[in-house]
Amino acid sequence: MTMPDARPPVAGAWRAVLARDLKLSWRQRSDLVNPLLFYLITITLLPLGVDPSRQLLGSIAPGMLWIMALLATLLSLDSLFRCDYEDGTLVQFQLSSEPLFLTVLGKITAYWLTTGLPLALVSPLLAVMLALPPSGYLALVLSLLLGTAIMALIGALGAALTVCLRAGGLILTLVVMPLYLPVLIIGANAVSSAVAGFGYGRELALLGAGLALALMVMPAAVAGALRVSANQ
Amino acid sequence: MSERETAEPVELAINGVSCVRDGRTLFTQLEYNCPRGTVLQVLGFNGAGKTTLLNALAGLLPCSEGEILWRGHPIRRSRAFTAEVFYLGHQVPVKPSLTVWENLHWLARLRGQAVAAEQGLQALAQVDLDAYHGALCRNLSAGQKRRVALAQLYLSGERLWILDEPFTAIDKEGVARLQDLLQQHAERGGIAVITSHQALELPGLKNLNLSDYQPLDAYDYA
Repeated sequence: MTMPDARPPVAGAWRAVLARDLKLSWRQRSDLVNPLLFYLITITLLPLGVDPSRQLLGSIAPGMLWIMALLATLLSLDSLFRCDYEDGTLVQFQLSSEPLFLTVLGKITAYWLTTGLPLALVSPLLAVMLALPPSGYLALVLSLLLGTAIMALIGALGAALTVCLRAGGLILTLVVMPLYLPVLIIGANAVSSAVAGFGYGRELALLGAGLALALMVMPAAVAGALRVSANQ
Repeated sequence: MSERETAEPVELAINGVSCVRDGRTLFTQLEYNCPRGTVLQVLGFNGAGKTTLLNALAGLLPCSEGEILWRGHPIRRSRAFTAEVFYLGHQVPVKPSLTVWENLHWLARLRGQAVAAEQGLQALAQVDLDAYHGALCRNLSAGQKRRVALAQLYLSGERLWILDEPFTAIDKEGVARLQDLLQQHAERGGIAVITSHQALELPGLKNLNLSDYQPLDAYDYA
């Protein structure tokens, strides 16, 4: 029955999708580990492959930690809507009485909580391995927290546009990469500034502004993209 | 083919609809009016556009020509229409790593319905899955998975049911029960549009054969 009185509150759609996706991720924990494992392995291999001297590693650490976090995010993006597309859940989302952008926002939130957040939280550990000076730890975590959230929101648009394509992964990367570049530059800059002993408030403010903008624009854009591409 | 019945008002009207897919016109100038209490079986060979028509009827796909009206209003981007549609495609929106109960609850939640435990169990009993309510759906057979999704029909208050191949992988007894349910839905004044290659035994079943609306050059791929 779809009586207006019986309808759950508006944010209910967001919460319901979030809860379901978190439950699904928890039951498929092995998929959850993939981006984190990628992050761990690439960063661990770096001193072995490049040069273990603290001075060199310390100087490339901010950029490397950020680049690898970006690639780890990119790696997991393709599956964001794929499963729901293939089993027809996406159609149910579209026909749901709830607004699609809230559903989408719920999915993106769950995605960030299961990929971006863990990446940001383990980053200080990996920073130690790359001999990043301790003054950069906080900047690294904060910039990654904001940056991965922006990347999740932007990436969702790419994932939505390519959901019906068989080999969508490559196109997804091409669509999303240019939009990730400013995030990478600002984020890595925040860490470098912190290491050099300067303030990094400006960079964080920029990332925060980016996140606010992405939060406003992206859910509706992703919903629109899904309506177009999911029914091809 | 359009049959106008004067007794009941037309609720779902297909007015001169054409659908093009990948540059190929699937059907043109499709006219059909469904009054209350219609069960309509869409027929046609594989690739005739049955699924496309159903998607268009659900408002998921734009028609390249013509329009589909629900109670006199175009269905595209209409919230009022969406609230009255129950759509089940040939894919089953059931998550393997959720239990039967969780899937049932979630699908109902998406339709804007909160299911009480008793009500949910009753619906599951109708599809013979009440004993499995705590089982993970990955452990179910294909037919049982479809039944999880079909259980929504027993909870549904929607007026228009659009079911794409609902009988796939369903056993004989299940097919009979689903036909009964369709009949009850029609008696309540609802409309059901289904595709199936099975011969259905429903009194008052209407047929729409898409082959009648094929463009003349349908086989011309060049």
